[in-house]
Amino acid sequence: MNVGALRKALDRREISAVELATYYLDRIAQLDPQLKAFITVPRAEVLQMAAAADRRIATQEDVTALTGIPVAIKDNICTEGIRTTCASRLLADFYPIYDATVVAKLKQAGAVLLGKTNLDEFAMGSTTKESFYGLTRNPWDRQRVAGGSSGGSAVAVAAGMAPLALGSDTGGSIRQPAAFCGVWGLKPTYGRVSRYGLVPYAPSFDQIGPMARSGWDLFLLFRGIAGYDPLDPTSLPASVEAEGDLSGSIRGLRVGLPREFFGAGLDGRIKERVLAVAKVLAEAGCELMELSLPSMAYALPAYYLLAYAEASSSMARYDGVRYGIREGAEQGIVGMMTATRQSLGLEVKRRILLGTYFLSADCYEECYQQAQKVRTWMKQDFAAAYSRCDLLLTPTTAAPAFRIEGEAEDEPVLALTEQYTVAANLTGNPALSFPCGWINHLPVGAQLMGPAGTDELLLRVAAVYTENAPGEAVPERTARDVGEQIEV
Amino acid sequence: MWVSKLRYETVIGLEVHVELKTKAKLWCGCSTQFGTEPNTQVCPVCLGLPGGLPLLNKKAVEFALTTGLALNCVLADHCRFDRKHYFYPDLPKGYQITQFYQPIGREGWLEVEFADGPRRVRIKEIHLEEEAGRTYHLPSGPDGVASSLLDYNRSGIPLLEIVTAPELSSPAEARIFLEELKAVLECLEVSDAKMEEGSFRCDANLSVRRPGEKLGKRVELKNLNSFRAIEAGLVYEEKRQRELLAQGEPLPYEEVRTWDEEKGITVYMREKEQAADYRYFPEPEIPPFAIAGEWVETLRTNLPELPLEKRRRYREEYRLSATDAALLSRRKAEANFFEATLQKYQGSAQTVANWILGELTRLMKEEKAEVTNLQFSAEDFAALLQLQDQKVISSKIAKAVLEEMFRTGTKPAVIIEERGWQQITDPNIIKTLVRETVVANPAAVQDYLGGKQKAFAFFAGDVMRKSKGRVNPELLNEILQAELERHRSVGNSGYQSDRQ
Repeated sequence: MNVGALRKALDRREISAVELATYYLDRIAQLDPQLKAFITVPRAEVLQMAAAADRRIATQEDVTALTGIPVAIKDNICTEGIRTTCASRLLADFYPIYDATVVAKLKQAGAVLLGKTNLDEFAMGSTTKESFYGLTRNPWDRQRVAGGSSGGSAVAVAAGMAPLALGSDTGGSIRQPAAFCGVWGLKPTYGRVSRYGLVPYAPSFDQIGPMARSGWDLFLLFRGIAGYDPLDPTSLPASVEAEGDLSGSIRGLRVGLPREFFGAGLDGRIKERVLAVAKVLAEAGCELMELSLPSMAYALPAYYLLAYAEASSSMARYDGVRYGIREGAEQGIVGMMTATRQSLGLEVKRRILLGTYFLSADCYEECYQQAQKVRTWMKQDFAAAYSRCDLLLTPTTAAPAFRIEGEAEDEPVLALTEQYTVAANLTGNPALSFPCGWINHLPVGAQLMGPAGTDELLLRVAAVYTENAPGEAVPERTARDVGEQIEV
Repeated sequence: MWVSKLRYETVIGLEVHVELKTKAKLWCGCSTQFGTEPNTQVCPVCLGLPGGLPLLNKKAVEFALTTGLALNCVLADHCRFDRKHYFYPDLPKGYQITQFYQPIGREGWLEVEFADGPRRVRIKEIHLEEEAGRTYHLPSGPDGVASSLLDYNRSGIPLLEIVTAPELSSPAEARIFLEELKAVLECLEVSDAKMEEGSFRCDANLSVRRPGEKLGKRVELKNLNSFRAIEAGLVYEEKRQRELLAQGEPLPYEEVRTWDEEKGITVYMREKEQAADYRYFPEPEIPPFAIAGEWVETLRTNLPELPLEKRRRYREEYRLSATDAALLSRRKAEANFFEATLQKYQGSAQTVANWILGELTRLMKEEKAEVTNLQFSAEDFAALLQLQDQKVISSKIAKAVLEEMFRTGTKPAVIIEERGWQQITDPNIIKTLVRETVVANPAAVQDYLGGKQKAFAFFAGDVMRKSKGRVNPELLNEILQAELERHRSVGNSGYQSDRQ
């Protein structure tokens, strides 16, 4: 059932929020031992929130679209009193003293926080293998990765363990697992969703976003979390439509197909699926055009440089002094900090080291400043493209979900999974991944990008595609259920 | 060993850290109040908890701009911040947010009146940054073992760093400069600038050289916690370096030394880092913003008269002594009260200054009061001085009246009326009083006639005592003298016979 149907069932008292929460808790208990989408599921708190939602529904006071609806939260988003680990051993006992703004908003809307989902440690990775709490498996093929870093949220939604989930996206961390798992994921315009309470990885790229099984569900969650937040200095003053839907004509929209996203390295079958999306859009009245974004040649190196540089800085606060685990306390201040930081995983250490090097006096001008120039160029390059077209259609990833062992051990393959997604983070523009078909049993995702503030437009276009797409292309309209794969 | 002062030049540069007195911290709403219970003024932001974000307090920028204007700086057109990385437990984020690439002000100067005349000391830059918390190292902590305790109340308080060019040529000049700077900051009301509370701190760099030679290796001095310590520490270090140079052993490397207040010496701490790599980069969480020209112009228009200008005006316009001009101009509230009094007062400015710096200051100190919350107005104060000038009351009575005004806020004329404290200026009354005492003390009359001046003072004192100080002193002197001299001319016989 989609969220709209759940809403109706709740409002008509056909089901209570407690019953709904219990259903998902049971589903988690059934499936998650194999999938490992969740790190923490605070059953008692979940049922309390659900009971509170039932009281709101009973009195019809302040019932919102999300009242009583369970939402899974990526475990790098702070939840007051509920453990927030960032999938790191270092924060194994970190219980935040405050709620992230998105969490506060969801609570205020009456949503039921279902649990904290798995991720690559501190969101640094694109597999959800780099978690201290165990790797998350792709529900469509358990030998394959879920993608990452929001792999836990993607799997929770894909496997029906949660109707909605929050992820975070620094270089593709919402869109890539969404594509791998056959769900919808939006990386909003930078600043439209508050980052207050999001544990930073690379703050000039990080953005919290919604994940769901349909465009409409995604839209509901986006409306629930977006909006200006005075606690976030990078928050945009733009308001969010409280009402409205995703219908409406997309006739006349100019959809660009940038050459750099369809070149070498792209799986031909994915190319085919995405071009099929273009065809459906053209039939719905969109005007297709090919164009070129030359700055894309430098997107990946610039992204790694800047993101790792910021990561090394973001990670400097974990010293064992104020929170998290503390080790080597008997070895003096430096000894303690060193020992404590030893508990970080290899991938995090690798990024800290590289980032530290990129910021060092020897390298700053050659590395960091050059990468900033690329970033500026990319913003201009994309702005120029958006003066010719309204939005861009690309694949989300170059290949479907790869095997857990083998295939993606080396950098190049991993990098390929990010090459189409980092542009939106470098430019701060919104990008949406939505399902557009299959390669055998593995889902394929298409990506729509647009200029800042076009988040809703992207959703609308993808929704029109989904309505007009052949049934087979859309997971929610197929008979397939991840349960089949799991129970085999 | 004796070293000729003429053979060496001392070069001193200062780095001053000033806590800005905004109500809230630089990035969050936590209070900046000093001296509260540890870790009671903290939140996710100033504790550096994951997910906390810095929200710039514009008031701190305003204070920094105001200071930049007063120090004649070229102000930045954009406000930007950078991260400076280093690890220390009282630095909660592992980096300090500061202004490295674009300080808010640069290339300024402050004019200071040194012993050999006024001179502009160049300010290299001023920049805004955040305070760290405080670490307390205990030899024996709660468990009886050595431990460190952390207080983050200070973490995130806005700090302005002011860096001078190396242009001060003696420890005394360093102190005079700092006193002037402190006075400017107080006058601008941007900082409490209290060394004892750590809201005004100074590190000093000192080197010596032979005239004409390039700058020598410098020593950075820390732990200079009072003006006295700054001067004493620099004097010690200057002497030490001169002696080393005289012995042909210039400093081998730059070092950091700490001032040991008890022993009165500087102690080696560490070699100055070759070039510590703080991995500065632009703070990604605080978008740069343009500093509006109108904003700066408004601040410029609202700049108060600075201490040096005021001091000069007090000397030139009001003819105050240099010391009094300096004292008054340094204290803004007192200076305002001084000028308000002068508006209503016809007498000399020096009289007003004497009363403010003397009697009024004494009363305020005793009662721990401030000039801003006195019970009486500057107008009342002027009236009091006027009454004294008109000889309605003596200066002694005037002091008593002031005390009464200070306690109750009653108008001086009312106090004098109620207490009957008007001066006695009627010669007949004074003559009667004088005669009484002269008749009662024949021996003292003899003493006086015998040439003992003390006897005159005795009679005058007696009359004052009996009149409760109300007799006009000049008239009393006149009449008493006349009366005593009358005895000389009358001859001694009558009195002598009385005595026999």
